[in-house]
This record gives sequence, structure tokens and C-alpha cells, in this order.
Amino acid sequence: MNAIYILWLRELKRYVRSRAQIIASLGNPLLYLLVLGFGLGPVFKRAGNGNYFQFVAPGVIAMAVLFSSIFSGLGLLWDRQFGFLKETLVAPVSRLQIMIGRTMGGATVALLQGLLICVVCVIAGFRPAHLAAIPIAFVFMVLIALLFAALGVAIGSSLQDMQGFQLIMNFLVMPIYFLSGALFPLTGLPKVLDYITRVDPLAYGIDGMRHALLGSSTFDPMLDFAVMTVLGAVLMVVGAYRFSKIEI
Amino acid sequence: MIRVQNLVKTFGSFTAVNDISFEVPEGEIFAFLGPNGAGKTTTIRMLTTLLRPTSGSVEIDGLDPQFKQNEVRQRFGIVFQDPSLDGDLTAWENMELHGVLYHVPHKARRQRTEDLLRLFELWDRRGDQVKKFSGGMKRRLEIARGFLHTPRILFLDEPTLGLDPQSRNQLWSHVKKLNETERVTVFLTTHYMDEADRVAHRIGIIDHGKLAAQGTPAEIKQQAGVATLEDAFLALTGSTIREEGADNTDRMRQFAKMWSGGKR
Repeated sequence: MNAIYILWLRELKRYVRSRAQIIASLGNPLLYLLVLGFGLGPVFKRAGNGNYFQFVAPGVIAMAVLFSSIFSGLGLLWDRQFGFLKETLVAPVSRLQIMIGRTMGGATVALLQGLLICVVCVIAGFRPAHLAAIPIAFVFMVLIALLFAALGVAIGSSLQDMQGFQLIMNFLVMPIYFLSGALFPLTGLPKVLDYITRVDPLAYGIDGMRHALLGSSTFDPMLDFAVMTVLGAVLMVVGAYRFSKIEI
Repeated sequence: MIRVQNLVKTFGSFTAVNDISFEVPEGEIFAFLGPNGAGKTTTIRMLTTLLRPTSGSVEIDGLDPQFKQNEVRQRFGIVFQDPSLDGDLTAWENMELHGVLYHVPHKARRQRTEDLLRLFELWDRRGDQVKKFSGGMKRRLEIARGFLHTPRILFLDEPTLGLDPQSRNQLWSHVKKLNETERVTVFLTTHYMDEADRVAHRIGIIDHGKLAAQGTPAEIKQQAGVATLEDAFLALTGSTIREEGADNTDRMRQFAKMWSGGKR
């Protein structure tokens, strides 16, 4: 238990200390929020879909959580490169505890990052429809953070060095983001695209957040919750298994 | 304290460690010498639960590292060939993290961390992030950390690589001191023969996965019929250089296994 706590704390300390990185990782979501949010607003309105800024804000918050949580898992590669991974793996502590500590730490950092974007969104003019539903949106943020932190650990355990990083970025993280409906509504899409978006876990996370914050959603919110929880649990198991197989 | 019998490790068709046997009694400083790729690190990895032997037996304080993993891990400290500190954390936090992972009770942890940081002359820098430390300071911190949970055995894999003579001297005098005061058994590897000669009680020389000689430094010199340990080392292992090939295969292997997540 202490081992989980100290590894969780380590992730948090590293996050708080890397100020340059915090600011850098805000850049991308801010760009999407402000440029797309205001840039596409008029078109969106003319198409009869309402306020685009309101629509895109939950997507951008989810984006911040997604990137931050996946990268925390891939941080395993850094630890491998700089040797710290060995220090934890040779300690008299089960791999499962180490994996849980790291994943929880990564998910917490991702949540903080998401909350930071929330604040920026509110400052820029985002207004949730129901204040009472904010805790529900937060639950979905937690689910997104845990699910993708676990996925990150699973991938980070399977890669040997940084060469695979770009590959993961271009063929996994970006598609997950773009196909999640973060930037456009998932209604009236071409058939193929419709099917693809339905297997993107982030789509359910964002849909759940939208349901809570804006009161409108594509899927049933219970379905969103079920998909996120079940898939999150599955990825935890996969991540723990892959992590237990690391050899150093 | 360490007992190795007929230990063998093969990677595919390559035999990294080929039937070696040796014993290190409690409180001894044992130097394990050999050219690059001779099987030193592979042996250390088998002794420290990181790798399963293909055959043969290993005993650490009477326990088999394969089956009593956590018990064995609690009993040794290790300083790896390459650094294993978290550069973003401070010296104190690195010690703290280690102490928690090794179940050292809170009070003992604080006291011992202070004692060790003072001994290794890092106390004044305890609040600084490790990435700001020099190579010598990092090494000292790693060794201090290795001692934190009062291990019975300390493994040092080329701990003085890249350090200046001052740091090396100081480092060994600390290790010797703790070896005497705490009766810690020390198992070390190094490429500096003068160090091994000075520090070690007994020496084993490994080459091509086989133990070429073992005994006190004096015995080994006598056996080879030369005056210095360096000459004895060269006489026993030859003077061919054999590092580059192994490095490249290593890299290739790593690349091939990038997606399998398996062993290197």
C-alpha cells in the first residue's frame, strides 16, 4: 500500500516540477479550443447546430486528459532509458503494486491537466448547462484518465525504446482523438466513419461528458458509463499483465 | 552468503554463462572481473532475481532467488552499471522512495538516510534535484541508497566507471568502511585492476562465460606468474578486444524485440 502511495506521489511531484512541460502540454488543447472553437463557430451555427464553442469545449478537455494519461504510461520508456525502472523492478514489491501506483499517478496528473483546461474553458466563455451535473462530468474525466493511463502502461511495457513513440502517436493517439467526436457531432456520418467512431472508447467518454455538461448526447449515458468502466477494467488487467512481463 | 553451483545461462544458441561455481562467505569483498561480454552482468542479473538461470543453482543467504524473490531482494542492495536514480526527485526523496519500497520503518528510514547521506558527504545537497549532481555524486547517492535497507549483500556493477581518481578512492573507502562496520558482503565488478587488487579480499576472473581463475589477488598473480593483477588478467583472458560486436548485436536484438516486449 505504501509502495503504491509513494509511486503515485512521485508522478505528482514530477508533474508539479516540470513547469515548462505543463505549459507546453496546454498549447495543443488551447489551439484547438480557441482557433477551432471560434474559427468554426459561424459555420457550425449556420448549419443549425448551435454554439460550437460550447460543443467543442468538453472535447478539448477530454483531449488534454487523453494525451496526458497516455504519455504518463509511455513515461515508462523514459524510466527505462534513464534506468529508474530498474530501481523499482528490483525492489521487494509486487509488480502489480508498482503498476497500480504508476497508473494512478498518471491518471491523477491527467485529471489535473484536464481541470486546468476546464478553468481555461470557463474563462474563455464556456458555460455548462447544469451546474449539478458537473460531478458526473468529472466521473467521466476520471474514467477517461484511468482507461488511457492503463492503455499507456500496456503500450509502454511492450515497447523497448523511444523509436515506437512516433508510431503510437500517429497511428493510435491522434486517430483516437479525431474519431472520438471531440471536434464534430457523431450524427449523420458516412456509414464507415460511423462504425469506426463506435469502436473508439474516447467517443463514449466525451459523449458522457457532453451529456452531463450540455444535456445532449449521441449515445445513452448509461451505455457511455458501462463501456468506459468495462473497457477501463479490461485495459487495467492488460496493462498489469504486460507490465509483469517486462524484463530488464 | 553467496553460493553458485554449475550456473549456466544460454540465450538461444549463445552461452553467456557456462557452468560456473563459486562461493562468497559473509563479510567478504569479492571482485568479479572479466572483459566486456564475458558474462559478468548476466551473472549479477541471475544473482539478483532479474534473470532465470538455464540450469545450475544459486543461493543468496541460503535462499533461491528464483523462488524466494522478495525475501532475496530484501537482503541485497544493488548499484547497476548505468544510473538508476530519478533525476527530478531530490537526493532525500530518492532515498525516501527506496526506503518505502524496501519496507524500512519511517523512523529508521529518516535516521539511516541522514547517517548515510552524511557519510557519503551529500547531506548538504539533500534538497537538490539529482539531475543537478555530478557523476561522482550520483554514484555516491546510489551506493548510499543501496545501503539504506541494511542489506546483507551489496552488488556493485562497475560502480566507478567514468569517475575521476579522487571520487573512486573516496567511494571505495566508504564501501570498505561499511563492509567493516556492518559486515556487508560486497560483490563487485570493475575494469580497474588496481581497484580490485586494493579493495577485494578475493577475486574471480570470468571469460567467455567460464571462470578462468579464482583466489586472493596474491594467489592469482602467483598462478599467472606475473607481478601485477593487470598482467595476470591479460595472461588469463588474452588481449583480443571484443566489445563492438556484442554491442551491435545487442542493438539489433533490441530493435527486433521492440514490439514483442520480451527479453533482450
